[in-house]
Amino acid sequence: MSARGVVLAGVGGQGVVLASAVLAEAALQSGFEVKQSEVHGMAQRGGAVVSHIRYGDTVASPIVPLATADVLAGFEWAEALRWLPYLAPGGALVVDARRIVPPGACRDHRRWGVPYPPLDPTSIAGRTGAVVLIDATGIAGTLGNVKAANSVVMGAVSRFLDLSDAAWEKAIARFVPPRTVDLNIEAFHAGQQAETLDPADIPELGLDPLPERHYHIDVNEAWCKDCGICPSICPEFCLALDDAHRLVVVDEEACTGCRLCEVLCPDFAIRIVTPVGAQGGAR
Amino acid sequence: MIETRERALLSGNEAIARGAWEAGVRVASAYPGTPSTETLQALVTYEDVDTRWATNEKVAVDVALGASLGGARALAVMKHVGLNVAADTFMTAAYTGVGAGLVIMVADDPGMHSSQNEQDTRLYARMGLVPLLEPSDSQEAKDFTKLGFEVSERFDTPVLLRSTTRISHNRGIVVLEDRAEVPVGGFHPDPSKYVMLPAYARGRHPVVLERLTRLTTYAEELVTEEGADTRVGIVTAGVPYQYVKEVLPEARILKLGMTFPVPVERIRSFAAGVERLVVVEELEPFLEETLKAAGIHVEGKAYFPRTGELSPDLVHDGFAALGLVEPRSSAPTPPPTVVRPPLLCAGCPHTVPYWSLKRLGAVVTGDIGCYTLAALEPLATMDTCVSMGASIGMATGLAASGGADKPVVATIGDSTFLHGGVPALMDAVYNQADITVVILDNGTVAMTGGQEHPGTGRTLSGEETRAVDLPALCRAIGVDDLHVVDPYDVSATLRAIEQAMAHRGPSVVITYRPCIEAPVRIKDRPFWVDADACTACQLCMNLGCPAILWTSETFEGRRKVTIDTEMCTGCTLCAQLCPPRAILPVQEVGS
Repeated sequence: MSARGVVLAGVGGQGVVLASAVLAEAALQSGFEVKQSEVHGMAQRGGAVVSHIRYGDTVASPIVPLATADVLAGFEWAEALRWLPYLAPGGALVVDARRIVPPGACRDHRRWGVPYPPLDPTSIAGRTGAVVLIDATGIAGTLGNVKAANSVVMGAVSRFLDLSDAAWEKAIARFVPPRTVDLNIEAFHAGQQAETLDPADIPELGLDPLPERHYHIDVNEAWCKDCGICPSICPEFCLALDDAHRLVVVDEEACTGCRLCEVLCPDFAIRIVTPVGAQGGAR
Repeated sequence: MIETRERALLSGNEAIARGAWEAGVRVASAYPGTPSTETLQALVTYEDVDTRWATNEKVAVDVALGASLGGARALAVMKHVGLNVAADTFMTAAYTGVGAGLVIMVADDPGMHSSQNEQDTRLYARMGLVPLLEPSDSQEAKDFTKLGFEVSERFDTPVLLRSTTRISHNRGIVVLEDRAEVPVGGFHPDPSKYVMLPAYARGRHPVVLERLTRLTTYAEELVTEEGADTRVGIVTAGVPYQYVKEVLPEARILKLGMTFPVPVERIRSFAAGVERLVVVEELEPFLEETLKAAGIHVEGKAYFPRTGELSPDLVHDGFAALGLVEPRSSAPTPPPTVVRPPLLCAGCPHTVPYWSLKRLGAVVTGDIGCYTLAALEPLATMDTCVSMGASIGMATGLAASGGADKPVVATIGDSTFLHGGVPALMDAVYNQADITVVILDNGTVAMTGGQEHPGTGRTLSGEETRAVDLPALCRAIGVDDLHVVDPYDVSATLRAIEQAMAHRGPSVVITYRPCIEAPVRIKDRPFWVDADACTACQLCMNLGCPAILWTSETFEGRRKVTIDTEMCTGCTLCAQLCPPRAILPVQEVGS
């Protein structure tokens, strides 16, 4: 048998590495040569995690060549998309309908949008064979522990691989914490039978960009005594004390209109004004 | 951890540990560093090996060399840049030779998955005139480790074992064998060999060169030749061999087990039997240049990248450019997706020191560790990151330059400080540098997964030991302005750093809080956001905590926030900052 390739992709903490160890062990139990490759390091800090597993009579490269994976399993939608180039034409995409918004993507303080891709398998139509979109996290939660979502995903992956249930179960028992073996095996079988979701039933995230707003920071210099409270609190560092310890507006563009400066000023010396003509009009 | 089965799936690092154990290794020393760290963590699970974390890589090699001279087989382990630290001993250990076998395992990181450069350790082998073995999978990782000890003893030389991320972190099938009991040979004083006075060292250099000649002949025994298609002959080693096999399974391949010294004459005769000769190697054109210098016509880096990791696809592209295979169908592009930068953990005690420095305004030199992530948004408070311990000396230099328009602050983790920061702090005190050093003491080597170090009071095998007292160490060095503060206390941390920065001359702030991930995972009662009270000011968001996210709700055109209670560790930092007090502890049911 020529080498089978499986790519597992998710986010640090989702159990991608454990799931790949289970698959590799199941293939070893089935008498195949196996190679499994992952990258540690920064991935542990909430970044993307990916693991490649190849098995067969002989396996040379530990990395799955592009466009040759038989199965791509996404433990999360955006990560499934990221590694899609590894999936062979006609290969199976198994994906948990979970969406993990990267906190690092919540950074646009002008438009407040998060560029998380819409959960819509039709957007990648023609690039995959079967698409199995399942609520793995929900199923695992129903069984008693959301952390078993990785076993649910692997159950769905097993539909496309030629490894026996006995080999899978033995591998799960070897790698998951002893107290959770039964739960994970149950989760695995639930994944084998999980129904494919209709993406139309999945609500939108509601994180599209908002209308842009601009503000003017109006400092009444006659009243300001340069006490330093507002520059020490401004979340966007719009205000500062200069070398002469005088309050200066250094970055009005960055003002988001939170008005912490206005609220905290003991001398009522600062006011946030929405310029006339901008959205919302003058205050 | 000891495998009783005949065959096991082992990572390269686990296989190297297994190989060392089977070879009868008695002493092993290392400093953690991705991708090498798990080697000693695997080895410590075996019996009859004295396995220990060293303060830094130089100490690790010193310890291993000393053990070797005592007649015990010894292993030192590090990542590629660790060999820079150990290079002083390494270069002269080449002259002293060994007592019992000495293997120095170095894990390179092509592609810099978790490193600051991608230097090629083979160049160190050439500089030190030390043989280098390069495994291509987990089985060879074990076999070559064992072989390394034999080569070391037979040729009286340290041996480099070069792994890469793709070997160290790839799992493959390994056939397990028993341990060979190698008795300790004892220390036999020999000043002309072990005391490298100039007069003695002059006598050793010719010995090293003569040894190299014999090793070159020996390297011929470690080649394997396969494949029938002689239209091209490929010289390769390490994991690139696997990519070559993947793309051109029928090609004539000469795989080297020892890539320094290069068995040039063996390759010359191989070249005579093929129509054209191609070298496939990761990073530097090391073999290619050696062969070209020997007058052998060879093609290589013109077709394969010199930067980053190779892959079956890049090797395919190179062979296609050479006209040996059809080009791949055009590379599929990923659909648009969201970037996912790594972040400091929820509850990370490094958060507030950097948040404070951003508030106060400083030129911040950084160092190697998790906290390097503070260079990224939203903290974005790090101006340099170069090498282990460099923050303090660089801060001293920046302050001396007169070119910094703000106070200069060095930031360094506890383990990094002990590894390479202590001499630089002594220098700062000695020369009265006008800098502040913030020692981010989280009581572990967090970046590599939470290892012990001389400041933690525990050894690699889990035994209690004396812990370095960081405040006492700083005082002993002569730091007069010393602050110790809890980085979970936002205002105290801000104030301590502000005071230290105002001090003329060297000052130190030690922020002490255990890492929330290691040695135990800390999870306190989580917090939640009262959306009715949230004014969406973003003060909490700007901490960069991964548990704080935007919601679909807005206030005056800004996004409100929510807290992922699964991820929240209850550190209270965001609650301390929240102006409308909208961030509250989750009440337990029934309370």
